Amino acid sequence: MSTKTKTMKKVMHYIGKYWFFLICSILCAAVTVTLTLYIPILTGDVIDCILEPGKVYFDVIFSILKKMGVVILLTALSQWVMSVCNNRIAYHVVQDIRRDAFDKIQILPLKYLDAHPYGEVVSRVIADVDQFSDGLIMGFTQLFTGVITIFGTLLFMFRENVGITLVVVCITPASLFVASFIARKTYRMFKVQTETRGEQTAFIDEMIGNQKVVQAFCYEEKALQRFDEINERLADSSLKAIFFSSLTNPSTRFVNSLVYTGVCIIGALSVISGKITVGTLTCFLSYANQYTKPFNEISGVFTEFQNALACAARIFALIEEEPQTAEPQDAFVLKHAEGRVSLTDVSFSYVPDRKLIENLNLHVKSGQRVAIVGPTGCGKTTIINLLMRFYDVDAGSIEVDGVDIRNMTRKSLRENYGMVLQETWLKAGTVRENIVMGKPDATEEEMIAAAKAAHSHSFIKRLPNGYDTVLSEDGEGLSQGQKQLLCITRIMLCLPPMLILDEATSSIDTRTEIRIQKAFGKMMQGRTSFIIAHRLSTIVDADVILVMKDGHIIEQGNHKELLAKKGFYAELYNSQFVPGE
Amino acid sequence: MKKLLVYLKDYKKETVLAPLFKMLEASFELLIPIVVKRIVDIGIAGGDRGYVGRMCLIMILLGIVGLLCSVTAQYFSAKAAVGFATKLRHSLFGHVQQFSFSQVDKCGNATLITRMTSDVNQVQNGVNMVLRLFLRSPFIVFGAMVMAFTIDVKAALVFVVVIPVLSLVVFGIMLVTIPLYKKVQSGLDKVLGITRGNLTGVRVLRAFHKEEEEIAEFREGNENLTAIQMFVGRISAVMNPVTYIVINGGLIALLWIGALRVDSGILTQGAVLALVNYMSQILVELVKLANLIITVNKAIACGNRIEAVLEMDAGMDEKEAGPEGKEAGKSEESEKPEKEADGPVVEFAHVSLTYPGAGAESLTDVHFKAMKGQTVGIIGGTGSGKSSLVNLIPRFYEATKGSVKVDGILVEDYPIKELRDKIGVVPQKAVLFKGTIRENLLMGKDFKDADEKAIEQKIRKALEISQSAEFVDSKPEGIETRISQGGKNLSGGQRQRLTIARALVREPEILILDDSASALDYATDLKLRKAIHGMENPPVVFIVSQRASSLLGAGLIIVLDDGNVAGMGTHEELLATCEVYQEIYYSQYPDKRGEVQAR
Repeated sequence: MSTKTKTMKKVMHYIGKYWFFLICSILCAAVTVTLTLYIPILTGDVIDCILEPGKVYFDVIFSILKKMGVVILLTALSQWVMSVCNNRIAYHVVQDIRRDAFDKIQILPLKYLDAHPYGEVVSRVIADVDQFSDGLIMGFTQLFTGVITIFGTLLFMFRENVGITLVVVCITPASLFVASFIARKTYRMFKVQTETRGEQTAFIDEMIGNQKVVQAFCYEEKALQRFDEINERLADSSLKAIFFSSLTNPSTRFVNSLVYTGVCIIGALSVISGKITVGTLTCFLSYANQYTKPFNEISGVFTEFQNALACAARIFALIEEEPQTAEPQDAFVLKHAEGRVSLTDVSFSYVPDRKLIENLNLHVKSGQRVAIVGPTGCGKTTIINLLMRFYDVDAGSIEVDGVDIRNMTRKSLRENYGMVLQETWLKAGTVRENIVMGKPDATEEEMIAAAKAAHSHSFIKRLPNGYDTVLSEDGEGLSQGQKQLLCITRIMLCLPPMLILDEATSSIDTRTEIRIQKAFGKMMQGRTSFIIAHRLSTIVDADVILVMKDGHIIEQGNHKELLAKKGFYAELYNSQFVPGE
Repeated sequence: MKKLLVYLKDYKKETVLAPLFKMLEASFELLIPIVVKRIVDIGIAGGDRGYVGRMCLIMILLGIVGLLCSVTAQYFSAKAAVGFATKLRHSLFGHVQQFSFSQVDKCGNATLITRMTSDVNQVQNGVNMVLRLFLRSPFIVFGAMVMAFTIDVKAALVFVVVIPVLSLVVFGIMLVTIPLYKKVQSGLDKVLGITRGNLTGVRVLRAFHKEEEEIAEFREGNENLTAIQMFVGRISAVMNPVTYIVINGGLIALLWIGALRVDSGILTQGAVLALVNYMSQILVELVKLANLIITVNKAIACGNRIEAVLEMDAGMDEKEAGPEGKEAGKSEESEKPEKEADGPVVEFAHVSLTYPGAGAESLTDVHFKAMKGQTVGIIGGTGSGKSSLVNLIPRFYEATKGSVKVDGILVEDYPIKELRDKIGVVPQKAVLFKGTIRENLLMGKDFKDADEKAIEQKIRKALEISQSAEFVDSKPEGIETRISQGGKNLSGGQRQRLTIARALVREPEILILDDSASALDYATDLKLRKAIHGMENPPVVFIVSQRASSLLGAGLIIVLDDGNVAGMGTHEELLATCEVYQEIYYSQYPDKRGEVQAR
């Protein structure tokens, strides 16, 4: 409960900015409800003036109708103002929360982002925020107007006639009871339906996603049989869920008609005994109609409310997540690095109790070419995460040009590295925008020269709009290799003083790779570079080869030295050349 | 959408009865104001308490009958809608399974899955709602008007004015806002896109310190979204007040006219009351109708998308397994002697392939024969057409030029199942299905008559050849070990070996390894190739690979370069003559360059 109140407080903080609109909305809601309830009374008064031929009081009727006209216009106006205010609050709160969430994402440590699937974070920023605004803000107004309607109606009714009002009050709980009874019963059925539906979706996903395998093994018929089995179960549970839930409306309608009848009989009898007029009866009948409605709405609002609060809690959890460590006030700005990189006694692990890198020492001279090899999971990519300061070391230090990287601005550190990763990522936008990402002021000639060096110019030219071809985020239409070439072009253009190539050419065929390696070779001259590669053939020229295993550097040296050592590296290298029979 | 209605065929009774019962319920509802009128005019005016009681009993009766009618209607409409959706899903799934690879490529998996799940649900919902409400709401609206006419023609004219005006307002606003909501959706998509891109590309964006630009871009998208939302909101905010004014304006008119008519003795007090009641029934139903139209609109859009999938031609023509199938069987028999005389198992004659929509050929003039027991290696750069070539053998794609023959018969002349039964495919991506290892291994083979023991032996053999016996045996449950979806509880190499075993269980004449050894280390890769060669009845093996080492022993290596055959022959021949092959080979074995040249 206390977490809920906390969440509510935070929600109020966001809404508080729009307090003016909030007050307006509440006032208008009160006015709207009151005026809406006033109309049946006026109608009743008019009816009382229409008795029989010759007994119709036109002057009174006329003045009441005039009054009614004014009331109607006022109601409409306040209704309109209320929805405008609500829209304003809802949409702007959503905008504010989304903005804060996105700003937060920019400063969250990669530790957080790597640990949370991006789909989850996206759904918090998009779907959760929407649901929150629907449920909480819209729900709030619905709840508010509903409650005033109920109490207003009761008040007006008691004022007019106590007996009839008691009848209404007594029968009402039946409606609520029926609605909640059905809701409880159907909840289970919906659960079964949702589960079965999930099962079916998973099955479709598996079969259609791997259609090539299914077809290759002529599995279609069996798959359809299995599909039908699930489909039948789904049909059964859907029918139950849909049918039983659809009973809510007729049942509550029936209870409402009981209320109506009750009012009718008691009212009519009271009229006959002269306690009330026909006009009062009319008024009661229309109250009986509208009074029960908010009850049904409110029960729906409560579940949505719970849901919305849960959504809000998830968003706030993101917004309040611990950001990456702040940069010191006087952080050093690394201008153009010479490229001396040293790692001293570095220890690091992603999960506290699973040690990965321990006491790693490495001193790279300016302009050296460092290759890192080793089996998967040995910590190669982790070193890059540390060098780029995507993650901070747990112990020890990393220095560039003699300055601890924790004491320099992230921006200037990263500016000095050029990075190409195995997992290519292109921004939704044109090819040009993607290439000039690291050097927005590059000229056309510079860009084309870079593309030529990265061997991407020829395929870019063949794209429908050349450099202005719009790419989607996942680079649809480009092969993995082409995407990698674009990422390489990006680096070829901005040419920072230090380079990181993590399996940068893994998706490029070996022939093109050789050509790119040449270009890399030229680029790496005078630049400190870190290279991770699976294909050992691409790193034989490196100045230092680090052989890593289980987070430790087990061998270190150049290609010849390591081969001569006949250790792990030699084994790794020679395993490529097991003759084929 | 129309064509989907076929699936309602078996629910004719339900589709007729559901709206009918709904209309019955609605007519009972329309009777209530008349009963109230009688209570006022006869019961109250005459001071007849008994009459009032009787009338109220009638009202309860009407309520009960109405409840029964509407429950019946709800049942029929739920049954029809669910039955409809079930049948639709069944044929959709069956249909999509027949799709050729090009069609699946064209549609995309995600799209097809959406069609089968959420789109069908939307349509189901639409059918259900239409059956329930499409007749009911207009019936009440016009019914109220008709009832008003029975009371008094002149007063009923108010309804004649109010109903069209209300409809105009409700539907007019809806028509204006629907396209605007689409804009809202695209604005939301934009915001979503930026957020997702920011997360997937976080390393690159941070490496290029683009955080601030991203924030600016997001803010712009976010603010645009809010602006559109506010705009749409402002328009739809008009709906409630305006309808309120119209309905209550009608009420004022009714009261005034009523007063005049009562004064001249044409109407009674109760009649005026009934007219007022009818007026208030209209609004609720009109709003329901407007919502219904939105639901139906969505359902129709989904329905049309589903229809488009259903209308896609199920891929390639298949020779029926009927007489032609037998014929194929016969010709196979007649060719048997030739087969024994070692005719080619697979034969490509000047084959070219152009993918639908592609500008250029992906394969050009491929021409070769593969004999029984031979290993054919296929090598080339990314996108050079290696996978395309092997995909033609099981007729996953069809050659656009030239012909592909298996056992001397054109692949087009086989019933598809018969053709694919001859072939074991190990795809690039090691895919296993949820279930036990055993179920996975047996998915491609029906051992109808074979006894348990024989099946067990075959599985065993496949596991051994594929080098998976060792790790499968080390599992506590052996081949009954459960595999989770996508095989996530196995390592990449283990998955790969099991997919090879799966292909081998079928005892194929042709085994296709489409770059499937990539997750295996060099030593296992070698053992595997040796084991395949050592089989009693060795299949023709096609190995697609980037690694020259995997192909060294192949009897025939086809070197592809941009879809063209750059060279064919054994490793030695190619190394001597084929420039592309040399480049590939030396790129992987830089040391050998000197050696060979020295030799």
